[in-house]
Amino acid sequence: MLLALIRRVGQMLFVMFGISVLVFLIFFATPGADPAARIAGRNASPETLQAVRLDFGLDKPLPVQYAKMMTKLFITRDLTSFVNRGWKVIPAVMDVVPVTLSLVIGAAVLWMAGGIAIGLIAAATRGSLLDRSLMMLGLIGVSMPVFWLGEVMNLLTQSRLHGTWLFSWVPPLGYKPLSTDPAGWFLTLVIPWITLATLYMGLYGRVLRANLVEAGQEDYIRTARAKGLSETRIMIRHALRTSLVTIVTLFGLDFGALVGGAALLTEVVFGLQGIGKLTYDALKNLDLPIIMATVMYASFFVVTANALVDMLYVVLDPRVRTRGRSN
Amino acid sequence: MIGNGANGAPLLEAVGVSKDFTVGGRFSPGGRRKVHAVDNVSLEVRPGETLGLVGESGCGKSTLGRCLVRLYSITAGELRFQGRDIGHLSRRQMRPLRCEMQMVFQDPYASLNPRRRVGDLIAEPLRVHGARGAGEIKARVDELIGLVGLLPDHLQRFPHEFSGGQRQRIGIARALALEPRLIVADEPVSALDVSIQAQIVNLFLDLRERLNLTYIFIAHDLSVIRQISTRTAVMYLGSIVETGATETVYRAPAHPYTQALISAVPVPDPDRAVGRKRIVLTGDVPSPMNPPNGCRFNPRCRYATDLCRTERPALRPLDDGRQVACHYPLSGGVAPAASA
Amino acid sequence: MLKVRNLKVSFRTEQGVVRAVDDVSFDVGEGEILGVVGESGSGKTVSLLSVIGLIIDPNAVIEGSIVYKNRELIGLPQRELRHVRGNEIAMIFQDPMTAMTPVYTIGWQIAEQVMTHNRMSKSAARQRAVDLLAEVGFANPAAAVDRYPHELSGGMRQRAVIAMALSCNPSLLIADEPTTALDVTVQAQILDLIQKLRRDHGSAVVLITHDMGVVAEVADRVLVMYAGRIVEHGSKRELFKAPWHPYTWGLLDSIPPMEGARPRRLKSIGGNPPSLLALPPGCAFAPRCRHKFHRCSQRPGLAGTDGHQAACFLPPSERETARAARTPVAAGAS
Repeated sequence: MLLALIRRVGQMLFVMFGISVLVFLIFFATPGADPAARIAGRNASPETLQAVRLDFGLDKPLPVQYAKMMTKLFITRDLTSFVNRGWKVIPAVMDVVPVTLSLVIGAAVLWMAGGIAIGLIAAATRGSLLDRSLMMLGLIGVSMPVFWLGEVMNLLTQSRLHGTWLFSWVPPLGYKPLSTDPAGWFLTLVIPWITLATLYMGLYGRVLRANLVEAGQEDYIRTARAKGLSETRIMIRHALRTSLVTIVTLFGLDFGALVGGAALLTEVVFGLQGIGKLTYDALKNLDLPIIMATVMYASFFVVTANALVDMLYVVLDPRVRTRGRSN
Repeated sequence: MIGNGANGAPLLEAVGVSKDFTVGGRFSPGGRRKVHAVDNVSLEVRPGETLGLVGESGCGKSTLGRCLVRLYSITAGELRFQGRDIGHLSRRQMRPLRCEMQMVFQDPYASLNPRRRVGDLIAEPLRVHGARGAGEIKARVDELIGLVGLLPDHLQRFPHEFSGGQRQRIGIARALALEPRLIVADEPVSALDVSIQAQIVNLFLDLRERLNLTYIFIAHDLSVIRQISTRTAVMYLGSIVETGATETVYRAPAHPYTQALISAVPVPDPDRAVGRKRIVLTGDVPSPMNPPNGCRFNPRCRYATDLCRTERPALRPLDDGRQVACHYPLSGGVAPAASA
Repeated sequence: MLKVRNLKVSFRTEQGVVRAVDDVSFDVGEGEILGVVGESGSGKTVSLLSVIGLIIDPNAVIEGSIVYKNRELIGLPQRELRHVRGNEIAMIFQDPMTAMTPVYTIGWQIAEQVMTHNRMSKSAARQRAVDLLAEVGFANPAAAVDRYPHELSGGMRQRAVIAMALSCNPSLLIADEPTTALDVTVQAQILDLIQKLRRDHGSAVVLITHDMGVVAEVADRVLVMYAGRIVEHGSKRELFKAPWHPYTWGLLDSIPPMEGARPRRLKSIGGNPPSLLALPPGCAFAPRCRHKFHRCSQRPGLAGTDGHQAACFLPPSERETARAARTPVAAGAS
């Protein structure tokens, strides 16, 4: 098993390397555009452009440029933005990561708990009104665009119903760090958590229900029933346990993407300075160094999340462990 | 009386045919390994006879069947059809030969395209291969549907409207469309109910007489093989362990595996069932990725000796015309193969 | 021990009502092996599934009486039925490859059943699992207990399933085609095992199969089913020596013999299996029966002696000649 893990980590590094090369080429090797101009931002003076060229080795061959860029990103970490003079990119990225993490992890807890509950209840009461209503709600949750839902939530909680006891506790938009103000941190994030989780709760509930219903047709469920086990035990210990693999896969993809910056819309709507917001602003300003950093960071997260999920499979599904070993 | 076949030159000949599959990639646990699904098989089929290929799961009989009609390419050995080498032909070169050898498959539910009408399914081979006009094709399809015992208005229906036995008849009609000389039937009755099995077995027998067909009949059901085959070949872990006239093989099996196999078949006669001494094999069939040394059957054989554990017996002829791969054949009138 | 009377199971479907089991009655005595023979659609599986309440289709309607040790099982709330299921009446199914949950070891799954019905510590349950695996023929039960189902071959998996079924010492084991998916040599091993366990545990066994050979080897009494009805039942000896129903004749004749002369053609049963949506008003087998006559438009009840009955109007005196006169049906008939 250790060998499998090492192999997986190796694959991960390989993929990361590939992504970094691809990102680099997109930014530095697209014909017809001058990387220096892009790095230096709009309206840069010719001297700035010259400085950039020297700094990034743009007159040297591509592999050298790549090496220089990677050095600036990872080793010396002194890549600076030119749009916002002197703003060190890597620390900037590291600063906003906790915000995104807080948002996504909290939402993840909510949506997993909610999604699994919805899926279980719907599958257990299959065909009933409760099942159908839950699936309908789930569909509604999936269909509501997160930015729209977010704005509606803001409308209700920040202005319209802010005076009522229901939402008076909701603080103004913005993030409060956990270390300085735990209560504030929690309160600012409650509504964003619910908003972000709604979409995924619906999705996961529906997917899990489908998986559970399918698992319910399997022979081993029939055996479990013939053993005299209670329906609850069968549902949770046998059906859910074997359906976990799908849910975990989905979770890995979604979590990785969200932490990597896909929570952008939620962050913008709720004024949270997360990695998504940072990327968004950088794109607006065409601030290449920041974009490079956030892209690398995002891909790192997605790849890591997927690798972790793969390694988790081995724990979840024993059939994966001995594949290739003869009986 | 079932035709005694065996006239003239063999229709299909396999010499030392092997088929390997590679399992696992370079980076998976254990690395790349070869499975010898078919291991050095030699046999021949003469016009008019039926060769029964029997064995349990994993013995390679289905793979061998597909290799014989070149649905798979062979890894080693020679394959000759009507004297002509077909083992090394390209797909394009094989195409005209496909008319001569056809296959009937096991699963009547999976082997017919559910979106096509029955008439189209049967006519398709004719359209693909022959330069026949629409009228000729229609006439032939009508003829075929009658041959297999279905009715003309069945032609307009879809496969899902038929029972398993009827679908198998459709599959047979399709196989017969191009007037092949050889039909390889891969477990054609295993998925059917017992009473329907008997109907389809009868159909195979009738067609053989009427159309002078040659069959290679693959099955794991020994009673069906006995009914339909003139000669029988028993396979174990990719190789043939015994081959000979069906009567002889069943009455007095020479290979211990054949003996165990035959004695394991439950007999629908309580008197015989109770008194019978059954040979129950211990253990399971070993994995084809890890075959035992020496004779493949030795771990489960009651008669195994040291020779069996070290030296692999080749297929050797016995007095009564059979061939057995065993150092100590149980019958057949010949002393055990010369041991070193 | 088990008395089934007038069991009827029907399913409401879009195309109409399917009478999967139509007025079936039979008994299972202590320690006996009852063979239930039939082809697809005969109702053999559905009848036995309803004994332990495994029919959970909301469109199913179950009527009749199933009395187990003086207790009526039909209508029993699921909570109470669960105490019977797995504990007093156990059931095993056809395909061993998918019968056990893939993510738990076989020891865990056996222990689960034991602990559901008995108060036992985990270690005691695990020990019981080891003992059971030894009994069913595992060479190294202490190691086998920690293996996953996919690590075992088909035959070993079926043994594990049997061990699991016997874990609570049931008085009745229902085996639904337990050897159909196995190789014939493995089948022989499993049938031997079932007989041995019957001897050692004294449990009765209902063996559902389509294979008359298996029945001849193992059963004490036989039940033949067709289209949801029992068409013949009796002791094994009587049924094989002198079967009364034309369907039984057809089943026996459909099996190619392993010894003796090979028939030129098998005396098969013509026609196709019946559609349960559109059964004829009289005898269900009549459309395929070569011996039908005017009385067959009425549904025949089971008639005969105490130990041997058949649902057929053919007079006993004519049976022998009728059977002997059977010739193979032309293969063209369908």
